[in-house]
Amino acid sequence: MHEYAIVAELVRQVESEARRAGAAAVTRVTVAIGDLSGVERGLLATAYDVFRGRTVCETAELSLRAVPAVWSCPGCARDVAPGAVLSCPDCVVPARLRQGDEIVLERIEMEVA
Amino acid sequence: MCEKKAEEAVSLEVHQRILSRNDETARHNREHFDRLGTIAVNLMGSPGSGKTALLEATARRGNRRVAALAGDLETDRDAQRLAAAGIPSLPITTGSACHLDAGMVHRALHDLPLEGIRLLAIENVGNLVCPAVYDLGQHASVVALSVTEGEDKPLKYPVMFRTADLVVITKVDLLPHLDVDVRAIRNNLARVMPRPRAIEVSSRTGEGIDQWMQWLDELCEAATAPLQEARA
Repeated sequence: MHEYAIVAELVRQVESEARRAGAAAVTRVTVAIGDLSGVERGLLATAYDVFRGRTVCETAELSLRAVPAVWSCPGCARDVAPGAVLSCPDCVVPARLRQGDEIVLERIEMEVA
Repeated sequence: MCEKKAEEAVSLEVHQRILSRNDETARHNREHFDRLGTIAVNLMGSPGSGKTALLEATARRGNRRVAALAGDLETDRDAQRLAAAGIPSLPITTGSACHLDAGMVHRALHDLPLEGIRLLAIENVGNLVCPAVYDLGQHASVVALSVTEGEDKPLKYPVMFRTADLVVITKVDLLPHLDVDVRAIRNNLARVMPRPRAIEVSSRTGEGIDQWMQWLDELCEAATAPLQEARA
């Protein structure tokens, strides 16, 4: 359960960006969490609600964007079927994770005076 | 010019990894290891998967110039076991944190001299999820998976196995007493690891420890930096 530590870093980054932009209030933060990131979105949302009080995020809704895991062949670009062996049957090379490991602060919506 | 404007809604694209500060500290740790010619391995796995026993078995194979950091929520028992086995060790007590992060390792490195140390084993907190999320600055990630954990752990905890360079299947001396097929474990690993590599060991009987030592030697040889000798 490391979602509280993730939220602490998230709030720190939002604070830093909001200060730099001269924000009067932050209204929304959008975060991308991949299915293979090791972060559980439900726990992250709960941790955010507990942690955001008296921070710059107090007025900010959290939007979580789920990113499904997609493995594909670096040779022929074909996707590997979910649950299959992570190797391209044609090119016989290890698959590469194309998306799904994101733990990313994507966007901050704010009001600037 | 000085008229008062209404507040304006602004959308700022950031696209920054939330753990970027940890990544930065991990990079710093890695540079420290590289400067000294020390290879760092992040050893992860469930509580009781045999991480400490594997390092004890490593120590029994003689002088490989190994040191260890041992992460645990409470107690320094693992560090004590490793020190008793002849591995210079420091505990990292995390309190309630379920994983090590790069900052914890960085702080511990101030108290663990690495000159003359070829291999630093960082034994992570016993946990099959959280430790995989944090880069510590290691050169390789190893997951200890005991046969008593059953065949389907790789499918249930794909995140940890995805980033592993090696899976050490431990406690294979217990296989005659279990309804567990190592082939099924290997088959499941191939569905979560793009380059599945696993070796089977028993730290108790010594079975497979040769292969483990060979893997460690290859890892150290692949490193380019010369080992910086201990100062007299």
